[in-house]
Amino acid sequence: MSTTKKPGSKSDFFKDPVKHGASSDGGYAVNLAEGDISTGGHDTGGRGPGGEFNSVGKARRRVDARAKVTGGTRFADDLALPRMVAGRLLRSHLPHALVKSIDASKAKALPGVHLVLTGADFPITYGILPVSMDEHPLARDKVRHVGDPVAAVIAADEDTCTKALELIEVEYEQLETIADPHEALATPEPRIHDYGDHGNVHKAVSLEFGDVEAGMAEADRVFEHSFFFEGNTHLPLEQHASVAALDENGLLTLWSSTQTPHYVHKALARSLDMDPARIRVVACPNGGGFGGKSDPFNHEIVAAKAALILGRPVKFSLNREEVFYCHRGRHPVEMKFRTGVKKDGTITSMDLQTLLDGGAFGSYGVASTFYTGALQTVTYEIPRYRFRGCRTFTNKPACGPKRGHGTPQPRFGQEVQLDIIAHELGIDPAELRLQQLVKEDSLTANFLKVRTIGLRRCIEAVVKESGWKERHGKLPRGRGLGLACSSYLSGAGLPIYWNHLPHSGVALKLDRSGHVLATCGATEIGQGSDDVLVNCVAEVLGIDADDIRIRTGDTDLGPVDLGSYSSRVTLMMGNAAIQAAERARDLIATAVAKKLEIPKARVGFAGRRVFDCEDPEKGLTFAEACIAAEGLWGTLGTVGSYKPPASPARFKGGGVGPSPTYSYTACVLEAEVCEETGWVTVHDVWIGHDIGRALNPVLARGQVEGGVYMGLGEALMEEMVYRRLPKRFSQALVHRHPSLLEYKSPTFHEMPRVHTTLIEDPDGAGPFGAKEVGQGPLLPIMPALSNAVFDAVGVRVRQVPISPQAIYKALQSESKDHGPGEFPEIDWPEPVIVKPPWEGGDGRDERKKDSYVARMARPEGGRGSETAEPKGD
Amino acid sequence: MKNVHLTLRVNGEDHEVSFPPHHTLLEVLRERLMLTGTKHGCELGECGACAVRLDGRPVLSCLTLAVDCEGQAVETIEGVAEGAELHPLQEAFADLGGAQCGYCTPAMILTAKALVEEDDSPSREKIVEALGGNICRCTGYLQVIEAVEHACALLRGRKESAAGGAA
Repeated sequence: MSTTKKPGSKSDFFKDPVKHGASSDGGYAVNLAEGDISTGGHDTGGRGPGGEFNSVGKARRRVDARAKVTGGTRFADDLALPRMVAGRLLRSHLPHALVKSIDASKAKALPGVHLVLTGADFPITYGILPVSMDEHPLARDKVRHVGDPVAAVIAADEDTCTKALELIEVEYEQLETIADPHEALATPEPRIHDYGDHGNVHKAVSLEFGDVEAGMAEADRVFEHSFFFEGNTHLPLEQHASVAALDENGLLTLWSSTQTPHYVHKALARSLDMDPARIRVVACPNGGGFGGKSDPFNHEIVAAKAALILGRPVKFSLNREEVFYCHRGRHPVEMKFRTGVKKDGTITSMDLQTLLDGGAFGSYGVASTFYTGALQTVTYEIPRYRFRGCRTFTNKPACGPKRGHGTPQPRFGQEVQLDIIAHELGIDPAELRLQQLVKEDSLTANFLKVRTIGLRRCIEAVVKESGWKERHGKLPRGRGLGLACSSYLSGAGLPIYWNHLPHSGVALKLDRSGHVLATCGATEIGQGSDDVLVNCVAEVLGIDADDIRIRTGDTDLGPVDLGSYSSRVTLMMGNAAIQAAERARDLIATAVAKKLEIPKARVGFAGRRVFDCEDPEKGLTFAEACIAAEGLWGTLGTVGSYKPPASPARFKGGGVGPSPTYSYTACVLEAEVCEETGWVTVHDVWIGHDIGRALNPVLARGQVEGGVYMGLGEALMEEMVYRRLPKRFSQALVHRHPSLLEYKSPTFHEMPRVHTTLIEDPDGAGPFGAKEVGQGPLLPIMPALSNAVFDAVGVRVRQVPISPQAIYKALQSESKDHGPGEFPEIDWPEPVIVKPPWEGGDGRDERKKDSYVARMARPEGGRGSETAEPKGD
Repeated sequence: MKNVHLTLRVNGEDHEVSFPPHHTLLEVLRERLMLTGTKHGCELGECGACAVRLDGRPVLSCLTLAVDCEGQAVETIEGVAEGAELHPLQEAFADLGGAQCGYCTPAMILTAKALVEEDDSPSREKIVEALGGNICRCTGYLQVIEAVEHACALLRGRKESAAGGAA
């Protein structure tokens, strides 16, 4: 039953399918009327006969649970194929060096070795963003960080590979190494890459929304603070693995632990110079991703190349140290916030600068850079806003997207500064926030469209539950409460490759047995995306989860879904699934109405039956209904597609930040601090998350608690830090602790009590009103801890992690403060100037208006546009 | 290096296996017996993902040489269900969100099984102590703890009804 707001197209199709393009025998993938791609806007109620829910909102065992608790889930490294051989990479021990020569003759001669590959075998670059295709599967002329691969061995087994790696002789010429953004800014030569803005600056951006200085002049006080957020890594428990093989027809298949099979598919086609129609990529269930398996990786491409040469299956299984060197984790970011406020705390203006340590490759970095300035405006009203961000290359493993992608760092600064402002002005931190929340259905200064905002209810929930009003500022010394809020995308509004195609597609096939097959390119990384797919289909068709079988993450079997990143899957795949299921429901309802001789509007779906809503006894089983529909239409199949609505932001850089809708989170955290040692213990976390609607509350709660856990790891201990070896050795920038033991992460023992409140305020943009939950709840944890430490012992820690050492330093200091010094001087580019909506702005760059018409006339899509600015992540 | 040949008793069945003598129990289980339910997260004894039971004790299979396991009973996740019927721990982990990505889950369940067989009413502190060596990056641990507690209730219920049936 169609409830899409778009007039005409879909209902017309079902009135007269032949005229609107379906073949006369029904047809599996029907050719629908042009432009009929869902952009959300569904009725957020249930699909039961009285509008009640069939399966949504009910606590239910996830569809893949049995496999997970029996050890039956097949992760990439669990695959074994006949004649399979093993591969390993030789990784550079130097951080920055020219590769002068590679002699692999001894390795090749070792019994059991099948193949040695080097950079010479891989002339074509790859990368996740079209603007930074700066990686080679194996280094050709230069290595850029310790761990950068230079050669690969394929042999009978891993032990033989390891022996052979030691026999490969590589002659290097060392180059000066660049350890951090300060060195990168001061050292334009040697360049780590020969592209980028200049020197070792990868990307510098400058955006201005309104006259920020005039806003500062209107303020009663202007607060200026610098912050630092140290890098950290995803640490998924599953180490990356890939198996490549040729199928019986000689076509290439890659099974991999990846969150983005669609982009791996593209990367293989490009870097191996192959027709993508000849490649199949299967994302195996990921043993945790958190963003760390979102890039195409060198080992995936090398495995594929080796399988093509050898004609037999090749497996790469990385060890834990290698996973640390793959990284793509949280960027270390220095920040400076200048915020103007009235005496009552009203924000008049905000000026943010960020400096990112990108590591050795582009990865998602251009998007990450924009993300450090994108979401400041969606929580509190900021009438004028300036953002300037700079990402530098350094000789360390590349940073990329980790849970919250680029936004936790500035969120930390913003929320700690608000706490400082509230304290200075004598306003309750919760009240300061509540008095200036962004309004529902509004546009921000940087043209982000906010639909529903449940942040008020989130704050009220955690304030009440934690006893904030009675306890904040009043607990005995050493114990404190901190509050912070945040927001996150429910999917990036624009795809990585500039095109107008759906971001997610779902195909359904309905069987005479009453069983439904649902396929989609979406990738199960543990978050429960398979369960969302099943839940949406079950809800619309009134059947059980067990009636639905799924095939996901497979580029051969399912329609494209862009991948598990940017918290996009529930909303985008969910909407595509609803569209496909509603089309199937319509086909079935027509047939059943005919059979029961009742109007179609009276046909209801629930309890595995299709029936007359006015006389529920009168009806068919779902299987009988499928048979009736197949008799009427022929083979039963439908598809659904989803694409986010167009963003009002039309300026360069405006592609990062838009989302169909935003989730909101508020948190109160209670901590205890030992003043003698700085030791900090978190006792309780109260968290309220605006989820729109919880499709499966057990899984939703798990995502919230998992986000809190990961946030606590970042807040308290996790650090991706390096040390430079003395010059007489190699000057290498080596990871301080590339092991699971020494890279500290919270265990059962460190986990506090977590009190979760799910705020359900259904948003029509999402499936049944659902928003994201996978990333948002991590964001407020770090600032809430810093604010709690202040409440406990009166010191400000302006850096993450808020380690005992940092707290101790703050306690010992005269200023009772610890954090970075002055933000460096950066030569910023000319700003993009956009007037906020309330100043008459239209979302376009004021400076470019003359040329605007000409630019828009340029054809979009296709290969020619792939060098365009990345749009979202 | 020559392979060793020996018999390993895994999940109640004897298996004759041949493997290089330096291979760990983890490698032999996964690569020779194809019991891939046992996972690896570090191969250095840091993450707990490879835990199996050896004569009932939870051990890290990545730090255990397979040659040392002859004559001992090895239990892996594949041996936990009784036929097609899930063990109460598996039921509870499945129903209560104890498994997200599921990578640490086999080891969590085996470690918890060693605990609940010894004490079917463990305190929260005891559960935390028992599972403290198993790292999970997804759940935040709380739903895992609740799953173990719920499994204990199921087990106690089972014992009571068995006792009632006997009487």
